[in-house]
Order: sequence, then C-alpha cells, then structure tokens
Amino acid sequence: MAARKNGPVIALGVVLAAGLAAPLLTGSAPGFYLEVLIGGLMAGVLYSLVALGFVLIFKASGVFNFAQGAMVLFAALALARLAEWLPGWIGIPAGFPALALAFVLATGIMIVLAWVVERVVLRPLVAQDPVALLMATLGVTFFLDGFGQTIWGSDVYKIDLGISKEPTMILQSMFEGGILVSKEDLVATVIATLLVLMLALFFQKTATGRALRAVADDHQAAQSIGIPLNRIWVIVWAVAGFVALVAGMVWGSKLGVQFSLAQLALKALPVVILGGFTSIPGAIIGGLVIGVGEKMAEVFLGPPLVKMWDLAGGGIENWFAYVLALLFLMVRPEGLFGEKHIDRV
Amino acid sequence: MRQRNIGDVILDVRNISLAFGGVKALQSISFDVREHEVRAIIGPNGAGKSSMLNCINGVYHPQEGEIVYKGEVRRDMDTHHAAESGIARTFQNLALFKGMSVLDNIMTGRNLKMKTGILAQALHFGPARAEELREREFCEHVIDFLEIQPYRKTPVGRLPYGLQKRVDLGRALAAQPQVLLLDEPMAGMNVEEKQDMCRFVLDINDEFGTTIVLIEHDMGVVMDISDRVVVLDYGKKIGDGTPDEVRNDPEVIRAYLGAGH
Ligand SMILES: Nc1ncnc2c1ncn2[C@@H]1O[C@H](COP(=O)(O)OP(=O)(O)OP(=O)(O)O)[C@@H](O)[C@H]1O
Ligand SMILES: [Mg+2]
Repeated sequence: MAARKNGPVIALGVVLAAGLAAPLLTGSAPGFYLEVLIGGLMAGVLYSLVALGFVLIFKASGVFNFAQGAMVLFAALALARLAEWLPGWIGIPAGFPALALAFVLATGIMIVLAWVVERVVLRPLVAQDPVALLMATLGVTFFLDGFGQTIWGSDVYKIDLGISKEPTMILQSMFEGGILVSKEDLVATVIATLLVLMLALFFQKTATGRALRAVADDHQAAQSIGIPLNRIWVIVWAVAGFVALVAGMVWGSKLGVQFSLAQLALKALPVVILGGFTSIPGAIIGGLVIGVGEKMAEVFLGPPLVKMWDLAGGGIENWFAYVLALLFLMVRPEGLFGEKHIDRV
Repeated sequence: MRQRNIGDVILDVRNISLAFGGVKALQSISFDVREHEVRAIIGPNGAGKSSMLNCINGVYHPQEGEIVYKGEVRRDMDTHHAAESGIARTFQNLALFKGMSVLDNIMTGRNLKMKTGILAQALHFGPARAEELREREFCEHVIDFLEIQPYRKTPVGRLPYGLQKRVDLGRALAAQPQVLLLDEPMAGMNVEEKQDMCRFVLDINDEFGTTIVLIEHDMGVVMDISDRVVVLDYGKKIGDGTPDEVRNDPEVIRAYLGAGH
C-alpha cells in the first residue's frame, strides 16, 4: 500500500483525536466526559452489530444487503410479538420463559427467511448484474417492512429483558458525582461482546466457519473444490439474520420495537464505509467510532455551534455519522480495514 | 521399476464435447483411466487439457457426451458431487484461499469429511470438537508429508509460488481422494522443486494407491512417471497409449513440432 496515500488519513485521524480531546482541554468535567464517552461506546456496539450483518453477507456473497435494517426490525417484531402471544397459545409463563422460547422461534424464522432469500432472490439472480442484486435486496427490504406489519402489527411493542431502566452510578470515589451508566447499555454491551466472540470462534474453529471464510476469500476457488455455494449463502444469511435478531432485541428493549428501528439500523451504512465493506474488525471498530463520535458531537460540538450561529439546535446525531463517512470515502475509499477495491457492487 | 498394480477402469470419458461460443475446446474426446494408474494428458497450449479436467470435476459442463465414474453414468458432474465421490484436484492457476493460513487451506479440503451438524459446530459441542481435532490431526500428517511444517500458520498468499503449488496439492490430498486431478503441478518450478513434486506424486500413487490424472508440459517428467498418455491438440484427441507409443506416433510428433515445442 502506498505510503503517501496515508497523509490525508492521518490528517483526518489527528482532527478526530483533537475533537475527542477538546472537551477535556476546554474544561468539561472529566466525570461527565467519561460518561458521554461510555454512552457513545455502548451505542456504537449496536451499530457494530448491524454493520457485522452487512459485512458477513457482503464478504460471502458479494451482495450489498440493503435489507439488513429491515431484518433487524422484522426479527425484533417477531421476538416481541411471539413473547406476547406464546403464553396465551401454549400456557408458557409470561416473562423470561416466554421470551426465551420466542427467541428460539425467532431464530428459526430468520433461518427460514435466509433459505427463502437464497432460493427466490440469490440463486436466480446471482449471475446477473450486481445492480440487479442490490435492487433485489431493496425489494426484500420493502417486503419485510410490509409483511412484518401484516403478520406482527404496526404499533410500538415492548421487549422486556427484565433490566431496570434506572442508571447506576459507578466510580463515585474517582469522580465527583460519579458516572451514570445505563444498565441496559451495559447488558447490551455484554451481549454484543459475547455474540462477537461466539462468531469469531465459529469462523475460526469450525468446518462451516472455515468454508465461509473460504467462500469469502475466493468464491470461485471454493466452488471448484466442491464447497456448495448455495448452502454457504443460506448459512451466512441465517447468521446475519441471527445477528439482526440480537441487535433487534437489544435495541428494541431500549427504544421499543417500532418502524424507526429499521432506519436506525441504516446508521450501519456509514459504519461499513468507515470500517471497510469486507472487514469484520472494521465493522466493530467502525461502529464504536461512529457511536462515540456522534455522542461527542451531540453533547460537546452541538451547543457551541448552536450558540455561535444562532441555530435551531440539535440533530447533530443524525447527520454526523454520514459526514464522517463521506470524509472517509474521500480520503480512503476502501475504509479503515477493507481491501483495496470494492468492485462487486 | 516401480511395482504396478493397475486395476479396472474407474473413470471413463465418452465423446465429450465442449465449446465456448465459437471456440471448440473439446471435440468428442474419449479416453479411460484405470484404478491406481498415472494417466497423463499432454498437448500444446490451448489444446483443451484444462478444460478436460474441468469437465471431469464439474467446473465446466460439456454440451455432449458422458462421464462414467465408478460405474455411475453422468452427463455432467457438479463440483460438490465430484468432491464427495472422491475426485479432488489442483489448479493450473492456483485457486488457493490467499488470506487463509496453510493449515486452514488444507483443512478446507477436509471439509467434506466432516459430518457433525452446523449447530453442534456453532456451539463447539463435544462431538463437533472431537471431530475438528481428529481431522486437524489428519491435515497435520498431510503437511508433514509435503514437508511444509514451517509454514503451517503462514497466510498462503505470502508463500513463494513453488510452495503454494504444494499447498494446493495438500488441499486436494486432505480429501483422501480416489482420483486426483493435477493441472500442471510442476509448471514454473525449478529443477529441484520439480524433483520434489515428482517424488510426492509418485509417493501418493504408491502409498495410497491414488489414481492420478496429470497434465504436464515437461516431457521428461511425463515419460518418467506416467503409465499411459492422452494427447490433445486443438480440442481433438490425436494420440493415446504408453509413453513409448505416444513418443513415436507421427501425428503427435507433427503436432508438437508444428506448435513449436
Ligand atoms: N472459461 C472459458 N471461457 C472461454 N474460453 C475458454 C474458457 N476456458 C478455456 N477456454 C478456451 O478453450 C480452449 C482450451 O483451453 P484450455 O485451458 O483447456 O487449454 P489447455 O490445454 O489447458 O492450455 P494450456 O496448456 O495453455 O493450459 C482455449 O482456446 C481457451 O481459450
Ligand atoms: Mg491448461
């Protein structure tokens, strides 16, 4: 890789680092600063999860899966509604047992969905123009949004993981007033971390994981030695579906299961641009960068901007990620960890 | 002289024709391969040799003809079925997984032997784990056999070409194939590397009784190690027989002289 091309990347890195350090230098309370930082990291974990789904599918099948956000919503809806309905159907106690069973069933639904997508969308279209595949995943998006409403309903539903909404106070001895951390975010982080570890183990240490990596590395070679591509696609879409389910569960428990989840999940787009379309570590780190960047910008950059130009205020969180991604696209189109060319989309 | 124990016909190619648009890569090619033999396919560049191997393991689908493998008549193969029924291969233009380690590449060749369900694997459940360890041990033997222990953990893309060729062979071997298709395994190698590769091929044939179908340009090598030779030229078969017969066939001589060899 050419060294001179790193100039702009380093420059951008310095600006970001300066932005990260600025609040401390300009006199924000360290405790509060840390609180914002942790909050950002935890939000970032969720972006990472959705981005992970994108990257998995892109690596294995070269498809840019626009439907990843819709899959998050669909999975969350399935989980929420099944957990609500199951006690009535089979008399299972509401609460945790119903939720656990609903989780298993929702996993099954996502696997079936993967199978159907492979049969109906990927297999017939795979030799076609990548644009056709992108359009097809757009179709899947709208189908899932609409079909989701048809069978699960379109209100705001709750997923109750049984975690109190009260934030906890930590590190009181170190900082004046301590640091407020949301218990939900903490649990979300633990769940996401476990999921990532599990996936890493699956990819590195199992025959199927190896086959997935082989297909991602060179799908033609993989096919030539007898690795069945169709089966691999089902598996990878199922894994992405499972990741969507976990993201949907965690996010849904925090914000309620509603249509906006699908849009929120599109925040993963800047994340994959940042991290690189083909890099799993990139998806994770990209998610954290966007999460932190967004929160920092909202809390520390927003108010001064508003004051300076007398703006209506707020909303930085909504566009910051995209601007960051755009800057990244300009200085490093392949993303932080991605391979040089993205020629499959 | 090596001890030979040639068996019955295991692979019978009948009237295979394959065209790419106007290019007739193979025109009604027929030949057979006997169990435990080393069968060479030779011919000038573009003769259709690689295309022939590609038909045998299902990468290409011939428009005409049939392939009889272990008594089963097939119009064409698919790669998964071929691999499952004991056909493995190496590639003229390496088709390795460049970002994966040597061990992982070789393990992918072993994948079809691994039978525990994906759920058990995902949960790293007892039997799946035991299987993983067992199969990995097998692959370590393959690595020892090919003398590439020092590179076990190295990403394949970083190895020199000659070693990549060996990894390619290792991946095919890991499947414990009955029939091994080798597409120019010695191309681009120096004399010493060629000798090593020849030794491996002969050892595989001797020790495991693996049937070998080999494409090779180096006539010395072909004459030394093969039992019978098919000669292709412009998609047609122009010769078939023992190395001595083929060497003295006027038409073969003409094709080779004409192609400038
Ligand atoms: N995938 C393909 N698409 C189009 N044409 C092809 C394809 N594969 C092979 N051909 C053509 O078929 C003919 C035979 O090619 P093939 O690769 O089988 O020859 P070969 O004998 O292996 O030659 P070499 O010694 O150069 O490897 C050539 O004219 C080649 O251009
Ligand atoms: Mg060839």
